[in-house]
Amino acid sequence: MSFLFIQFLNGLASASSLFLVASGLSIIFGVSRIVNFAHGSFYMLGAYMAFTLVHKLSGGTIFGFWGGVVLAAAAVAVVGALVEMILLRRIYQAPELLQLLATFGLVLIVQDLVLTIWGPEDLLGPRAPGLRGAIDIFGQSFPQYDFVLIILGPVVLGLLWLLFHRTRWGTLIRAATQDREMVAALGVNQSWLFTSVFTLGAFLAGLGGAVQLPREAVNHVMDLQIITEAFVIVVIGGLGSVLGAFLAAVIIGELNAFGILIFPQLTLVLTFLVMAVILVVRPWGLLGKPEGVVRGGAGAERPIKPLSPTGRNATVALLVALLALPMISGNYGLSVASEVLIYTLFAASLHFMMGTGGMVSFGHAAYFGLGSYGAALTVKYFGVPMLAALVAGPAVAGIAALVFGWFCVRLSGVYLAMLTLAFAQIAYAVVFQWSSFTGGDNGLIGIWPAPWAASPTAFYYLSLLLCGGGIVAVRRITFAPFGYTLRACRDSALRADSIGIDLARHRWYGFTLAGFFAGIAGSLYAFLKGSVFPDTISIATSVDALVMVLLGGVQTLAGPIVGAATYKILHVSISSYTDQWRTALGVIIIVLVVAFPMGIVGFIQNRLLRSGRVEDAA
Amino acid sequence: MKLEAHNLNAFYGRAQILFDVGLKADTGEVVALIGRNGAGKSTTFKSLVGLVTARTGQLVFNGTDISGLPVHDIVRLGLGYVPEDRRIFTDLTVEENLDVGTQPARAGAPSWTKERLFELFPNLAGMRNRGAGRMSGGEQQMLTIARSLMGNPSLIMLDEPSEGLAPKIVEDMANAILTMKDQGLAVLISEQNLHFAKMISDRAYIIEKGRICFDGTMAELSNNDEVRNTYLAV
Repeated sequence: MSFLFIQFLNGLASASSLFLVASGLSIIFGVSRIVNFAHGSFYMLGAYMAFTLVHKLSGGTIFGFWGGVVLAAAAVAVVGALVEMILLRRIYQAPELLQLLATFGLVLIVQDLVLTIWGPEDLLGPRAPGLRGAIDIFGQSFPQYDFVLIILGPVVLGLLWLLFHRTRWGTLIRAATQDREMVAALGVNQSWLFTSVFTLGAFLAGLGGAVQLPREAVNHVMDLQIITEAFVIVVIGGLGSVLGAFLAAVIIGELNAFGILIFPQLTLVLTFLVMAVILVVRPWGLLGKPEGVVRGGAGAERPIKPLSPTGRNATVALLVALLALPMISGNYGLSVASEVLIYTLFAASLHFMMGTGGMVSFGHAAYFGLGSYGAALTVKYFGVPMLAALVAGPAVAGIAALVFGWFCVRLSGVYLAMLTLAFAQIAYAVVFQWSSFTGGDNGLIGIWPAPWAASPTAFYYLSLLLCGGGIVAVRRITFAPFGYTLRACRDSALRADSIGIDLARHRWYGFTLAGFFAGIAGSLYAFLKGSVFPDTISIATSVDALVMVLLGGVQTLAGPIVGAATYKILHVSISSYTDQWRTALGVIIIVLVVAFPMGIVGFIQNRLLRSGRVEDAA
Repeated sequence: MKLEAHNLNAFYGRAQILFDVGLKADTGEVVALIGRNGAGKSTTFKSLVGLVTARTGQLVFNGTDISGLPVHDIVRLGLGYVPEDRRIFTDLTVEENLDVGTQPARAGAPSWTKERLFELFPNLAGMRNRGAGRMSGGEQQMLTIARSLMGNPSLIMLDEPSEGLAPKIVEDMANAILTMKDQGLAVLISEQNLHFAKMISDRAYIIEKGRICFDGTMAELSNNDEVRNTYLAV
């Protein structure tokens, strides 16, 4: 009994820190509509800065410790303000997803920065002066410091409430959360509002990281770890709702505290399962409101058109070049080319879901990875030949997409994206933790292609055939009646509904198809590498796919192809030149987003159109 | 002249909506911009206040060129804007809605307080702390005007203020607009409802397919059957 109570308190203590981070994320999203992927980086920076500042300031005094914590949070707030003013301000007019991409660029840069400044080792912070002891509760001891944390959460909640309901700034923020254009039309300078909100959000994230110092080791992977949890909390609580974030933080904190007793291996699954259930019951989170239609400044999309004669010629030329590649390229080049092809199909499948289906996925790696594992496991356990495995892999991915999709298509926007992430994380957790079957962290090795496809040239042609065929099929579907229906559902759910289209059903099929094609890519990938690891299902892989699609441009069919090739080739070439590939990639992503807010292909099309118009006029 | 627009062209993407629109409004008059649905009334207002940024032409407000300014700067010069769809902050109370609109008093414009606005719109006085989402359409229309007046504008643009209001409320609205004019405001309204425009306006413009086709006093418009039949008959 007393033990359970202690666990309960433990849950509350960790909820506080989660709440600090999540409330900042929620506030920022509410006003600026930016899903700030870099929020975890702010948290991590807060922890590292607190580590340094607490050491510098204190000879173990109370003032030194808390001064260091607050200063660290303030420093992160300054970083946040700079990020908003230098970067985000330039891209508020860009589509939401590109903003997300830019903040992901920041994540990469901060990761390298932290490694450079503080090194790769975990750092152990000091314990809080005056709070080093433990309190005896029903015969169990509980750290004093954790009590402070338990109180900190509600205190911050109260302060935020006062800020939002008792100050003019707070009133403006709440108004802007609802209709920021109208706030501007009442004479309020939005940029100032946005900067201040972002600063506050960064401060809260930094504080959340800093107060963790006495509780856990500071490390350089805490950013992605916390951002996933913070996303989950924000989505469960309802985007933009601070009180919702608090409730959700308590739920998740307690779930972790008790889940670890019951399913020590599956806490992650439990978290995401709860989120999935809550989202299905309450699609906008506990205290959220239905999302208004927030269109970016990008204006109406151009309809996707079939290839022009020029496009057709270019495609044929590309195909000829690809067919001829083995004559000029060595084995290494061919294996890189196979990988690019596989990623292109992967990106095209995500693009089908996002661009054609209008369903953004943060967890598309699930289907890629399950395709890999599906193929590898059938080889491993049934000893089937490669071709059979290449059927089994996509089938597994397709079935997973069928099941996950049934839940996901009931939501829309960011909520849908988060639910896809949740399912991907569940898949990841299962694969990672069920090591007797999947090999866990060690993966499955020895998944080699059949002898006839073993040479790099043969495998390259196989990849070209399957991936090229897959891309053609995806295109074909886009221009089939089913594709038109999907695009109708994307462009106006209401109108599609009122002309008798079963929205959920069509989106469900679209979702499943996208998963199936990602599965083809994943199965090939297993044979290309000769092995599969849980990485193939990780967030990083999902983000890779997103980056590829967004780089190329969501609104064009050629986008994912150009994007995947650009991204993969950049990735390979940068990592061979420098250790700081994350920084380089991050900077490149940010520059591309700022320079080409419509993606590379979108940019080229716009240029072509514009020059076309000038000619018309002349 | 309080507000002057010359050769105003506006675009949505590549489609041109307004063609060389010119209009003026001065202190102490109510000017009506009359036209059918889709004629370009709302776009004219949005272009003037800077919500439609793809626009060209000379826009001078209070002697300042406003054609390149962002929305909030234009509004802070004293140009109030009340959108057609009201856009009340439904998550906020009535008073909080007024707080969002509050700007410092400025010379040459009537200065408003909450109390004075509650006199102008007595219906609002009893619901200061009510959530703005729980108000009738007419009350919301009053609130959205009051909210803009809190910015102490010297000119206020009302986009279809009588739309969707009960006859009794339309009368109240007309009186409120005349009071604003008497207080020394320039008032620019857009209307489809000629009857309402006649009750309050001194001058009128007719807009059709993005072009101004008539410019004259309200009396001239009333006497010109041809113009009325061409542009306003349904």
